[in-house]
Amino acid sequence: MGTFHQGKSDLHGITVVVETRGPELYVGRCDDVTERGVILNDADVHRDGDETPRAKYLERAARFGIWKKFDRIVIPNDVVTAIRRLGEMA
Amino acid sequence: MPYSPMLVKPMREELTSIGVQELLTADQVDHWMNDKTGTAMLVINSVCGCAAGMARPGVREALGGEGKPDRVATVFAGQDLEATARARAHMPEIPPSSPSIAFFKEGELVYFLPRHRIEGRSATQVAADLANVFAEHRAVPA
Repeated sequence: MGTFHQGKSDLHGITVVVETRGPELYVGRCDDVTERGVILNDADVHRDGDETPRAKYLERAARFGIWKKFDRIVIPNDVVTAIRRLGEMA
Repeated sequence: MPYSPMLVKPMREELTSIGVQELLTADQVDHWMNDKTGTAMLVINSVCGCAAGMARPGVREALGGEGKPDRVATVFAGQDLEATARARAHMPEIPPSSPSIAFFKEGELVYFLPRHRIEGRSATQVAADLANVFAEHRAVPA
């Protein structure tokens, strides 16, 4: 039974990992990929230097999910270096 | 804001029609969770078809196979807010995720399938994951 999300990116509704040129890495449910950037709902961010190393953070995120810090966030396209499905990292 | 009850009715019935117990209140959740015997599976249902559209048929397919859990229940995220919040409170180390599926043995959470591991997969793939969990935790006669 489908729902109501026509006209969005193929990644709409998919939980993704967004890598950036900076120290931030975002995990969240992709709403859309637009000219403004990647729009995530219910997203978390990991920054280089956080108490939990990135690899361990991603390992736990892939296994159980993330605790959201943002209801909605736009990551500008010019800082995005890669988008991957979190489910493919499990 | 919850969707119309008419809209979600078929999504509820996709599970309740095969005998999955619906937990609508916090008290019902507590009562179900406080039974620590055997194996139990809790399905956190949701509206979004991106993942729930595969989770529900996956659960149906898995429960049609062997070794199914002793008890299976569901709460509906975004609809039955109190029941869902209480269910999540029983798994405080697990981030909220819907749809998702939790599997308990003797009251201990032994497996969790979050939304992102359902997204983009078929119902049969979800069912296969669950069948593996059922087999791993099946009671062995003494």
